Amino acid sequence: MKAIGIRSIEELYSDIPKQVRLKKRLNLPIRTSELEVRRHIESLLSSNSKGSEIVSFLGGGCWNHYVPAAVSDISSRAEFVTSYTPYQPEVSQGMLQALFEYQSMICELTAMDYANSSLYDWASALGEAARMASRVTRRNEFLIPRHVHPDRRATLETYAEPAGIKVVEVKNDNITGQIDLNDLESKITSKCAAVYLENPSYLGCLQIRARDVAEIVHSNGALFVAGVDLISLGILKPPGEYGADIAIGEGQCLGNAMNYGGPLLGVFACKGEELLRQMPGRIIGLTTTKDEKHRAYCMALQTREQHIRRERATSNICTNHALCALTATVYLSLMGASGMRELGMAILSKTQYAINELNRIKRVKVPLMKGQHFKEFTVSFNESGRKVRDLEGSLLTKGIQIGAPVTESIPELGETAVFSVTEIHSKEDIDKLCTAISEVLQS
Amino acid sequence: MHRDLGGSTELTFKQASWHEPLIFELSKKGKIGQIGPTLTEEERSTLSEAMKNLTEDLLRKTRPNLPEVSEVEVVRHFTRLSQENYGVDLGTYPLGSCTMKYNPKICEILAASPRLRNLHPSQNASHTQGILRILYELSQFLAEITGMSKVSLQPSAGAHGELCGALIIRAAHRERNELDRRTEMIIPDSSHGTNPASAAMAGFKVVVAPSDSEGCIDIEALKKTVSSKTAGMMITNPNTLGIFEKRILEVAEIVHDAGGLLYYDGANLNAILGKARPREMGFDITHINIHKTFGTPHGGGGPGAGPVGVTEELAKFLPIPTVEFDGQNYYLDYNRPESIGRLRAFHGNISVLLRAYAYVLLLGAEGLEEIAEISVLNANYLARKVLASGRYQMPFDSKKARKHEIVLSTQKITAETGIRALDISKRLLDFGMHAPTMYFPLIVREAMMIEPTETESIEALDRYADVLTKIAEEAYQQPTIVKEAPQNTTVGRVDDVAASHPKTMCLTWRMYRNRQATS
Repeated sequence: MKAIGIRSIEELYSDIPKQVRLKKRLNLPIRTSELEVRRHIESLLSSNSKGSEIVSFLGGGCWNHYVPAAVSDISSRAEFVTSYTPYQPEVSQGMLQALFEYQSMICELTAMDYANSSLYDWASALGEAARMASRVTRRNEFLIPRHVHPDRRATLETYAEPAGIKVVEVKNDNITGQIDLNDLESKITSKCAAVYLENPSYLGCLQIRARDVAEIVHSNGALFVAGVDLISLGILKPPGEYGADIAIGEGQCLGNAMNYGGPLLGVFACKGEELLRQMPGRIIGLTTTKDEKHRAYCMALQTREQHIRRERATSNICTNHALCALTATVYLSLMGASGMRELGMAILSKTQYAINELNRIKRVKVPLMKGQHFKEFTVSFNESGRKVRDLEGSLLTKGIQIGAPVTESIPELGETAVFSVTEIHSKEDIDKLCTAISEVLQS
Repeated sequence: MHRDLGGSTELTFKQASWHEPLIFELSKKGKIGQIGPTLTEEERSTLSEAMKNLTEDLLRKTRPNLPEVSEVEVVRHFTRLSQENYGVDLGTYPLGSCTMKYNPKICEILAASPRLRNLHPSQNASHTQGILRILYELSQFLAEITGMSKVSLQPSAGAHGELCGALIIRAAHRERNELDRRTEMIIPDSSHGTNPASAAMAGFKVVVAPSDSEGCIDIEALKKTVSSKTAGMMITNPNTLGIFEKRILEVAEIVHDAGGLLYYDGANLNAILGKARPREMGFDITHINIHKTFGTPHGGGGPGAGPVGVTEELAKFLPIPTVEFDGQNYYLDYNRPESIGRLRAFHGNISVLLRAYAYVLLLGAEGLEEIAEISVLNANYLARKVLASGRYQMPFDSKKARKHEIVLSTQKITAETGIRALDISKRLLDFGMHAPTMYFPLIVREAMMIEPTETESIEALDRYADVLTKIAEEAYQQPTIVKEAPQNTTVGRVDDVAASHPKTMCLTWRMYRNRQATS
């Protein structure tokens, strides 16, 4: 204070008008010791313990996958955790290189050309994809199937409305779960900027007509946006091989914990340079030092971004989910192609096992739609005369959290829920689920 | 015999430089870092059943070209990369408007609890009362800190919060049937880039409000800028020059009288915690950068969180769901028909928000106010120290006290030696200190925007000022050292132009290999 010639700190606030100055102290808890804060929060979290220790079959964009120890260890290193956006590349090569590797791995997994270094989540990535498609095509309709997760649908509407983009729904066949191509052809017009398809769908149905969708879309001069489950791509055909122009998805499944739904990881990839120039989010490039002696990494194509382009930027995104992308990079490095393939097989097998076993229960139909499912599938209680929400309560007392009901978002499917099975579910977990459902339905 | 165990105690810096290959280049066929789960016989038979149903068209034909490496190779690779990365835990990181403060370790430990990590967002509320209470109480804390009536924790980052706020402005005008004509968002010329980008995303046309000779919003010009087209105005206070907009009440009156709403960009809230609140300044909406003011780490770019607070009248427009308490239970409220809707899946960046909750408890009301005081004291102390050298200037009345950040200009040095703010920033890195934010705000030439935060001790500030002064001397005496800086970092100056040039651009490993193959 002496050095800057003031007698009290108050002098530094003398420029704030009196009417604006806070007269009393904030009404907040008093300063608390680390020990007490730790006890308090741990005790609150332990009241969740039933929630985290129960056998859960919830999914729908946030999944319980195994996180290898090395992943958590690396992604909690303070050099990564306490760094900012790599504005000074010379001291930030570590994060930059990891994000370059992330982009590279996402492109390999999805068979796309370019990926950004992360968006917030799948839902906001869908919103950004719709806006990007509309900018590129100068058209303003975005077609989506009916069977889309309600959070993604709602987020899309929020992002689309101010840009004057109309979201048009395309039917799904309620017997096969596939997108209805006739309905698509009748709704696609010269106003259509893009068509969105999720594969597997929100209800877990693998889409066998993805290539046909691509053809219809492209012959109408529109773009094809595919939403994928990244963890399936060790065994399932990647979007880049069935004609997607933009591929998005939820990267949480790649080594990131659920954390009650956030932070997640918005994966965003595209094909071709024209789309690249319109892509939202940060992109990391491999270059050299100015003397060309060494490899170096830095942020590339920044003229798309808000800090340079301001209101003409491709998006307002600044802070992204870089640490979640780093986590996914470590995860994919450990897994490799064969690990991802084995994991995909394990999930496929457990999904099938759960479907078979649940289907043995009377008055339960699993899955509601024909065709192959991956990781997620519908369980219909329509014939049981019971409500999903009531069953959920009864099953919780038996240590089981069932999947989320679709009753509100797709009412025509009635009392149906989407269940998710991953590699963490043992045969015993699935058997326990089946026994519990049988018991509850008989009571 | 007496041995001298001393040696120099002056900090020196030499960053690790491993020339670490890309992980793809470490790949050897057949290696793996993690084996898949063993399948029981029964599971193997269901697998073949499932595989039969998979038509050829659904299956992947070519393996993705992911690296094949062992666990120890993965660990060494990324540990080496971590050594090539500078963070707050290594030293001073005074990026202006970024509020790079210390992130308490206890917050990291609490956020890593398996009881949070393994919690699914759709889990029945009867099993999530603990986390819901944390979120509810945090939203109450943030409401108190900003003076707002209700806070949504959903937005994932500051810019996401801005989009949320701009959409609320949109919803409010739509309700009054004025959206058709209220198309303009006013934004000061000193604003963060996200403000105009967010306003544009919400469908508004951006109109720029000029600064006056004191670096504040030009009131006379603003009066001419507002009209019946004004939807709102987005302001940071203190602004990006670190100056408090002392005529903020007049600004609010002008915007409100024109029928617009006032949005507070919370990026600079750290300076005024407990001293003044956006609500009393006349703001209707505010976002809060959890990863700035509330000490959560930046993670190399994110994740952060950008909660939004609003006045009573605007509360109904907040995104769904909100966290509520009915006197007995905490719950998520989706039944909000006038809400702007959703901005993302689920409820927010929960593990980030939990850290902020711990941070507020650790500091309490008293501690938060102290943060503000010390961050402002630090900025002003640093300004005095650096300006004393006579080499740097602080545009817009350098005698006036700043808040949490200062904007220096290297214009004099640049004019006399050709050394630019960029060169000085790069040279700072050689001393193991992070550079300031450069060339921002746009209204200052050769700008270096420095925000030391409350984290830095007087010794660290003295060192930063001494180094800045030393570099200024170097600019005159040994300019090559400055022009060729940095030398002590993982790599020397990076060619960022080539990184974006269509001919040299390389954005993935695949592009790199294709380029190698054709060259």
